[in-house]
Amino acid sequence: MAITMVANPSNQAAKPRWADVDDDNDDYLLPPRKVIGPDANGIKKVIEYKLNHENKLVRVSKTYRVRKFVTNARKHVVERRAWRKFGDAVDEDVGVRLTMTSVEDVFLDRHMPYGSKGEEPKKSQSSQNEEGSGVLQVCRNCGRKGDHWTARCPYKDLNQPNESFPDTSDVTSVKDVKKGAYVPPSRRGGEKSKGSDMRRGTEENSVRVTNLSEDTREADLNELCSTFGPVTRTYVSNDQRTGTCRGFGFVNFVNRADAEKAIKVLNGYGYDNLILHVEWAAPRTK
Amino acid sequence: MRPILMKGHERPLTFLKYNRDGDLLFSCAKDHTPTVWFADNGERLGTYRGHNGAVWCCDVSRDSKRLITASADQTAKLWDVQKGAELFTFKFDSPAKSVDLGVGDKLVVITTDPFMGLPSAIHVKRISGDPSEQSDESVLTIKGPQGRINRAVWGPLNRTIISAGEDAVVRIWDSETGKLLLESDKETGHKKTITSLAKSSDGSHFLTGSLDKSAKLWDIRSLELIKTYKTERPVNAVTLSPVLDHVVLGGGQDASSVTTTDHRAGKFEAKFYHKILEEEIGGVKGHFGPINALAFNPDGKSFSSGGEDGYVRLHHFDQDYFNIRI
Repeated sequence: MAITMVANPSNQAAKPRWADVDDDNDDYLLPPRKVIGPDANGIKKVIEYKLNHENKLVRVSKTYRVRKFVTNARKHVVERRAWRKFGDAVDEDVGVRLTMTSVEDVFLDRHMPYGSKGEEPKKSQSSQNEEGSGVLQVCRNCGRKGDHWTARCPYKDLNQPNESFPDTSDVTSVKDVKKGAYVPPSRRGGEKSKGSDMRRGTEENSVRVTNLSEDTREADLNELCSTFGPVTRTYVSNDQRTGTCRGFGFVNFVNRADAEKAIKVLNGYGYDNLILHVEWAAPRTK
Repeated sequence: MRPILMKGHERPLTFLKYNRDGDLLFSCAKDHTPTVWFADNGERLGTYRGHNGAVWCCDVSRDSKRLITASADQTAKLWDVQKGAELFTFKFDSPAKSVDLGVGDKLVVITTDPFMGLPSAIHVKRISGDPSEQSDESVLTIKGPQGRINRAVWGPLNRTIISAGEDAVVRIWDSETGKLLLESDKETGHKKTITSLAKSSDGSHFLTGSLDKSAKLWDIRSLELIKTYKTERPVNAVTLSPVLDHVVLGGGQDASSVTTTDHRAGKFEAKFYHKILEEEIGGVKGHFGPINALAFNPDGKSFSSGGEDGYVRLHHFDQDYFNIRI
C-alpha cells in the first residue's frame, strides 16, 4: 500500500495533467479572435471567446478608445529626459517614494457664480426668514438647514436605512414617546425625524431643464434659476470629450414654491435661441 | 486634476522656478538643498548639495545649463544644472535673499539682507561663460531701501532693476548708474511688506504680492499701478499665467497661528483671479500650510505650488480650466 501511494504522485508529475491537455485541445474549437476598428472616433472592439470553468463558451468583448497624442518635444528637452540622476536622487528607491500622485481630485473651486458676486447669500436670507436659520446650506441627508453640508452630515449613518423604504406619515412626535421606550435611530430627536421628511422634500425640489444650448454652463443656469429663489445645486451635463453641454441640467431649489414658480415661468422660455423645457425631475429610482 | 505631490524637502518651500522649456522645475526650501524635478511627472532628477543655510531663491539660465541660488549662508552659488556640481560661490557679508539673471544670462542681480549693522543691498555681478574666469566682484551695488529687499528683478533690456521688500515700496533703479528712477506711491502702493514679485511672460508688467492682503499689477516701465487684487489673507506668492489672463495668488495666515486653527479655516488655497476684471475665478486647495511659492509652467498648462508644509504640488490643468469663460 505504502509503495503505491508514493508512486502515484510521481507518475502524475511526469505526465502532463489531463486538465492542461484538454484546455489546449479545446483552443482550436473556439471561434477566432476578432478585432474591429479603430474607427474614426478611435473606438476599437476586440471580441474573444473562451471557455469558463463550467466549460461553457463565453464571449468577451472589449471596447477600447484609441487616442493618439502628438507632442512636439524640443531637442534639448528630449536630451534632458535622458540625464543621469545626481545628488540625493541617485538613490532611485528614495526618489520613487518622494513623488506621488494625489488620490483625490482637486478642482478649481468656483464658489462664486458669475453675476451673483456674493450678494446672493443675503438675498436668500431675506426670502427664507421663516425657516429660522435661513441659509443656503441645506443637508440633503438629514434636511438640516445651516448646520452642515451633506458630506459632513453627522447623521449620515443614522438616516441611511430610510432611503430603502420611504417613511409613511405615521411619524410619531418624540414628545409622545415615553422616556425609556425604544426610539429607532431615524426618529431620535424631533428635528431629525422631521428632517428625513424634509430631505425627501428637497430631493423633490429638483427641476430638470432640457433643451439647453451647447455652450450653457452651470453658472448660466444658476444665474437663470436663482432669480426664483435660493438654489442649492445646479448641474449641467457636459460631454466629457468636447466639454460642451449635452443639453440638459438639474437645479435643486431650497423651497418647493420657488421650484414651482421656476417651472411655470421657464417652461417654454426662449433661452439662447432654444426653447427650454422645464419639468420636475423624475424621482430617483429606489 | 490630480496633483502630483513631491515631498523632497524637509522644511518649508521658499521658491519655485521652471526652466524656459518648462520641462524642469527647480525648488528651493529652507533645508539647504535645492532640488530639480521633471515637471511632467514630478520625478526627482537631482539635488544641489553645498549650501549651509536656507535657500531663498534661484534662477536658471535660458539654455538650462546654469543654476544660481541665493542662500541664508551668505552666499550665492552657481551650479551646473546637469551634474549638480558647484561651479562658483559668491560670498557676501549678509544672507542673500533673491537672485535674478538678466536677459542674455551675462548679468545677475543678487539682494542681501540687513545683517549685523549692514544695510540691505542690491548687487549686480557679471557671469562669465567660463566658470574658471568667474570673478566675485560686483559691477554695481545699490544701497538705500530700509529693511529686507525680498525680490529684485531685471527690467526690460537689463536697463533697470525693480526691487521690492519690507518697506512696501516698489522701486525702479537704473542698472548702469544705480540711480533711483521711480518709486511707487505711498497712497496707491502696498501698505505692508511686499513678499513676492513676478514678471509677466512678455516682461511688460509685473505683479507684487504683499502681506497687506492684496496683490498689485504694475507697468514695468512707468511703474503705473494697473490693477489691484484684493484677498482676505496675506499674499506670500504670486504668479501670472503665460497664456490666459489669470493671476494666481498664494498665501495664508502667519506660520505661528497655523497650528492653532483648522486647516480648512486657514485658506491655504492658490487663488485664481482674472487679470483684467480683478475678479476671483476660483481656488485650488490642498496644502496644509501657507503657500510660499508659486510658479506657472511656461506652456501655461500646469502650475506648481510650494507650501510651508514642505510639499510641492504640481497641478496639470484639466480641459475644464481652458474652457472657463467669464
